[in-house]
Amino acid sequence: MKTGRLQTLFYTAAALVALIGIGEATYLTVMFLTGETAVCGGSSDCFQVLGSSYAHIGKIPLSGLGAVAYFSVFSFATFAAFGYAFARRFFSWTVLAMFCMTLWLLFVQAFKLHAFCRYCLFSAALVFLLTGLVVAAPAPQKN
Amino acid sequence: MKRSLPFIIVIAVGLSAIGSGTYLYRTKKGANPALQISKTQGSAPGEVVHSVGPENAQITLEEFGDFQCPPCGKLSEPLNAIQKKYNLRLIYRNYPLPNHSHAKEAACAAEAAGRQGKFWPMHDLLFREQAVWSNSTDARSLFQAYAGMLQLDLNRFKTDSESPGVQQKVENDQGRGASIGVKTTPTLFLNNEAVPPDQLDPAKLSTFVENAMQKTRPSS
Repeated sequence: MKTGRLQTLFYTAAALVALIGIGEATYLTVMFLTGETAVCGGSSDCFQVLGSSYAHIGKIPLSGLGAVAYFSVFSFATFAAFGYAFARRFFSWTVLAMFCMTLWLLFVQAFKLHAFCRYCLFSAALVFLLTGLVVAAPAPQKN
Repeated sequence: MKRSLPFIIVIAVGLSAIGSGTYLYRTKKGANPALQISKTQGSAPGEVVHSVGPENAQITLEEFGDFQCPPCGKLSEPLNAIQKKYNLRLIYRNYPLPNHSHAKEAACAAEAAGRQGKFWPMHDLLFREQAVWSNSTDARSLFQAYAGMLQLDLNRFKTDSESPGVQQKVENDQGRGASIGVKTTPTLFLNNEAVPPDQLDPAKLSTFVENAMQKTRPSS
């Protein structure tokens, strides 16, 4: 099996999207660790979401888990772009898990917290974009 | 080379993320504890300071708050409880943030109520009803309704709310905050030293105050 040119482009695009996600999630994790989430620049929606009990599991911020997830997606997409077959499957499953988590978090924001945080919406957009790339990615070429 | 390239890229990105995260953390963590009010920046002579608790209390907590800021609202009740529990002096100063459309009006309403001796009841009411007036298109009417609930002289309240003196008082508080490095709300100072943002959680703040009391308690 060889990775076609189109596939390389798809996975490169996915890696770039994941790179943006790593940056955003890292920033949010730092905010959480420095206690700035509690202040949140005075934004009411931001505070309601990032300061809520849904924003962390114990002492671990969800954004930290998000950073790990984005890094995994980045790694798998990079390996997939270089033709590693195993990485394609891991890439798809990780994105699928992130998609499910994103749906849950959107539900929480809409129906439980009644507030949307712009960072979370941006992250949701990135995950939807990654999901779109998974769905649209061309099938591997067979020799 | 091609086989090892993805490993190099992934490791490089991982290290960059950890490195930039650590750098950002140190920058942010280092920026906040530097806040400190020097003694020369104490209350100006003749200045009206809104405070509860004994003036010679062992601990003085000075809050720079914004009535429209949700974290300030969340902290309001616990702060009152902490004040009562430790019999400390609590000072409130206005620091309305520009991104909150009704914050300055609310600060003026509290100051106007203060001119009739009801600053703290209005302070508590504004925080308690924050969600209501924050989303209202006519917050001023609600503030007048609150003034009515507190049995204030409404005509005087309306006049005072818009008076240059009250506006000036709010701006003086803001100016004082800005001069000592306050950028966001709530910012708290315990005996003139900034309370780290990660201690602003109600439960942690109580412990923080208790530790401060033990440190300042004269040894017998």
